[in-house]
Amino acid sequence: MKFAVLRFPGSNCDQDCVHALNAIPGASADYVWHKDTSLAGFDAVVIPGGFSYGDYLRCGAIARFSPVMKSVKEFAASGGPVIGICNGFQILCESGLLPGALVRNRGLHFVCKHVHLRVESDESRFTNAAATGRILNIPIAHGEGCYFADDATLAHLRTNGQVLLRYCDGQGKITDDANPNGSRESIAGIRNEAGNVFGLMPHPERACDPLLGSTDGRSIFDSILKS
Amino acid sequence: MKALVTVMPKPSVLDPQGAAAAEAIRHHGLEKIGRVRIGKLIEIELPGAADEPLLHEIARDLLSNPVIEDYELKIQ
Repeated sequence: MKFAVLRFPGSNCDQDCVHALNAIPGASADYVWHKDTSLAGFDAVVIPGGFSYGDYLRCGAIARFSPVMKSVKEFAASGGPVIGICNGFQILCESGLLPGALVRNRGLHFVCKHVHLRVESDESRFTNAAATGRILNIPIAHGEGCYFADDATLAHLRTNGQVLLRYCDGQGKITDDANPNGSRESIAGIRNEAGNVFGLMPHPERACDPLLGSTDGRSIFDSILKS
Repeated sequence: MKALVTVMPKPSVLDPQGAAAAEAIRHHGLEKIGRVRIGKLIEIELPGAADEPLLHEIARDLLSNPVIEDYELKIQ
């Protein structure tokens, strides 16, 4: 399976994503510059983390209008899997490919640490290699990761099982203390209604090597490979 | 001519910057204040005529995010 890892001016997790994916048997990854307009030959798209366009205006607001995003929208519309990590999640929300928005962390600080995530559903192309209820240990690193959506949107996400990851404590309990950024309903990752677009604030690519302290991020990429 | 676009977070959206600024304002002696909200003002110089419908489109689709923000457009 060939992954396209998008590169915007200011992306800084693109190399980590390519490195992590190339180490997984059956996966290979290559960069796609934001001015490119073709995703031909790729089976999946990764929008990596970073600070595209310096986070000017709003995180992801300008990247959304990059030429490659038109192709990403077409790719998503045709059912291709798209995963947005951190800044990639912000770009997907700004693009309207995912509902809601990411705003400034409740505590105002940039938070960079390992967190626990509870897999809310394994019935998805992005979590089918991790059982529902499993607790993943994956790092976050963001200043604007507080997920916001209005009540109606949240209800819709719940009803459709679109919330795939929530911040939790070490025992899998959803508590306010375990919510690192004030996200509504402790949401860390959601998918679209069709099930082929996934956005998450944590960085699975930083948890794919035992040297980095956790390999739980592999389950996200393994899921994409499995589906 | 100038277009002034004011972008404010929606009342329902958490504004921790505003809350932090409110705290600082109280420390400066102005204790009787309500909520403080922080938004942004975007000034666009317009050498030609103002295309108001297009400016509204830009304010809505690029300069603000309707999920979390409201905007107001003034041309002066």
